[in-house]
Amino acid sequence: MIAPPVPQRKVLTDDMVARIEALAPRYPDRRALTLPALHIVNADLRHVPLEAVVEIAAVLGLAPAEVQDTLTFYQFFHQDKPHGKVRVFVCRSISCALRGGDELLTGVCRKFGIEPYGTTVDGELTIEPAECLGACDFAPCMLANDDLLRNMTPETAAAELVKPRARAT
Amino acid sequence: MQPFQPVLLEAVGIPDGHGLASYRSRGGYAPLEHVLRDKKPADVIETVKASGLRGRGGAGFPTGLKWTFLPKDHPGPIYLCVNADADEREPGTFNNRILMEDDPHQVLEGIVLSAFATRASTAYIYLRYEYPRSWHRLQGAIDEAYAAGLLGRRILGSDFSLDVHLHRGAAAYICGEETGLIESLEGKRAWPRIKPPFPAIEGLFRKPTVVNNIETMACVAQIFRRGVEWFRSIGVPADPANPRDPGSYGPKLYCLSGHVERPGCYEAPLGITARQLIDGHGGGVWKGRKAKAVIPGGISMGLMTESELDTPLDFAGPGRVGCLGLGTAAVVVIDDQTSIVDVLHNSARFFAHESCGQCTPCREGTSWSLRILERIRAGKGRLADLDLLLEMGNTMGMMPGSTICGLADGAAWPMKNAIKKFRGEFEDSIRRTNPSGWMVTDPVPALQRSWEPTDADRHRRWTGDRDRGPRAPQLHRGRAPGRHRDPPLLLAPRAVGRRQLPDVPRRDRLARRRHGQDHDGAQARPRLPDAGQGRHRDRHRQPAGA
Repeated sequence: MIAPPVPQRKVLTDDMVARIEALAPRYPDRRALTLPALHIVNADLRHVPLEAVVEIAAVLGLAPAEVQDTLTFYQFFHQDKPHGKVRVFVCRSISCALRGGDELLTGVCRKFGIEPYGTTVDGELTIEPAECLGACDFAPCMLANDDLLRNMTPETAAAELVKPRARAT
Repeated sequence: MQPFQPVLLEAVGIPDGHGLASYRSRGGYAPLEHVLRDKKPADVIETVKASGLRGRGGAGFPTGLKWTFLPKDHPGPIYLCVNADADEREPGTFNNRILMEDDPHQVLEGIVLSAFATRASTAYIYLRYEYPRSWHRLQGAIDEAYAAGLLGRRILGSDFSLDVHLHRGAAAYICGEETGLIESLEGKRAWPRIKPPFPAIEGLFRKPTVVNNIETMACVAQIFRRGVEWFRSIGVPADPANPRDPGSYGPKLYCLSGHVERPGCYEAPLGITARQLIDGHGGGVWKGRKAKAVIPGGISMGLMTESELDTPLDFAGPGRVGCLGLGTAAVVVIDDQTSIVDVLHNSARFFAHESCGQCTPCREGTSWSLRILERIRAGKGRLADLDLLLEMGNTMGMMPGSTICGLADGAAWPMKNAIKKFRGEFEDSIRRTNPSGWMVTDPVPALQRSWEPTDADRHRRWTGDRDRGPRAPQLHRGRAPGRHRDPPLLLAPRAVGRRQLPDVPRRDRLARRRHGQDHDGAQARPRLPDAGQGRHRDRHRQPAGA
């Protein structure tokens, strides 16, 4: 009888696993932990690499394909490479677009010399377009980590984004 | 007319209005104690039914009636999902954000009352990730409520127990559809389910489930604090001529945004007209301009023209002018200097982005309508495109019966409304940018922008070439610069002849080779020994004696 190999985790830390397991009593089914687990990994690694998917699946008792299936559906998670320390979503939906959301996106990208979805060379900043951020009363708006930046122009946005900001969640 | 005193938004502007002490001082949680002590779940359902409360999430389904669909005497567990994601993801909508940030306990009290009525033991609040502040406020309120015995085991000494958990979404509009939300909560991709079975019978974790909206929860709390009579005194009564109209009662949060002087969330009785809202609360259209169009309740509800602004914004009103309904009451004003083609393009881009891809009419319809609109904006539109868009709008969605959920209806409605109500402007735009009017035979421009990850990038991710990352933006069509070769004419003529071409064995060629001819048809000649000094040009010279 050959013992099954003990899975060695390389990407997930014990702390992450503990945080995932702390949520387990909330749900009757461990598959429901997929999205919280992806959020926990993404908060630490700033992306969810394929290795992490395999290890999340092992922790939750799922097939890696099931976790990957969920991950690829949601635009929030990236798999290729980490996003910047500050992740910026610039709203481009109707209310913001009417007040210059598209110009804000292109303008702020030009200020930092990157394309939308791109990361600056120093790995500090990622700028992504987003659908409605739910702050249409402050259009055009953008979300930098946990901070909502209101009534932005490319100039004020560029000034705001060079400030350091932490991620609380 | 005396100004309407805000009820749902009464905490806005009060310092620390989101705290438990402030909420109690305004009379909060007192009705909950009364209900848990003296009432039965059926009484609560009857009260909500009597109030005529209709769901604030968009469809306007009567809330009390929805609760009665749950099976009687189910051994449990029953789940209550509170939707703070999807209807809130409707572009232009932010009323739930205001409620969660400024008065989270009002929402929580409504949740406990609703869970008591439906005998739910667990409530999940599905919150979109774009609301970190709401997350902190709600989590703080939940912790306060647990500490005060308002949540958890045996609430306020009764037999009723309830756990409330926050669940964070990850940017998908489709999670607002109730079965999509349930699938997402279960940890799957948020593909809406085919109904029946309805969630009330078999929903989250295959148990009976009720999905309600945050604002509905707040309304439930207010109904029990101020009474059914108060609730029914606000709004538009049912139309006696229409037995299917349940009326529109109660206050409603209207989100005003776009080209207005003072965008914001305003509470008003249901039935306020769009003009009253824009001129009275919003300070009129910005910069002294006129409105060209107004979105009555989120982009998926369609468009109203300036002449239709006196339509009452209740559950039935926008439907009378050809819109889909009240939706989330997110009123977006578009001024007269905005191109309606751009507005429709923005709407199409949103829906092409957010279609979940499960049903073909929606997946293909939304993306092709975006491509056609991009073609029109690129100056290659043709008048027949408008009829094509209309036909697509008429064939995709739940109402034509071709999709599972209503997302495609939401995508189709602004398309149909815009083209029917602003056809002249579309035609002018096409005639101006493409005066020949000829059918342009260019292919429809590709949907993918150069900087968005392409299918090839996703493929590369899977095939292991991950170091290179996404492809650099390609600035011009044609061959990639790295693969460029000199045109063959600049090479020596024999070099062209020497290129490794696959030798196709054909009968005549074989025969010629047998007769001592090479495959170019020339006479075979002895190869010269390579002297190792000449340029390759010299080596092609005929030897002197040949």
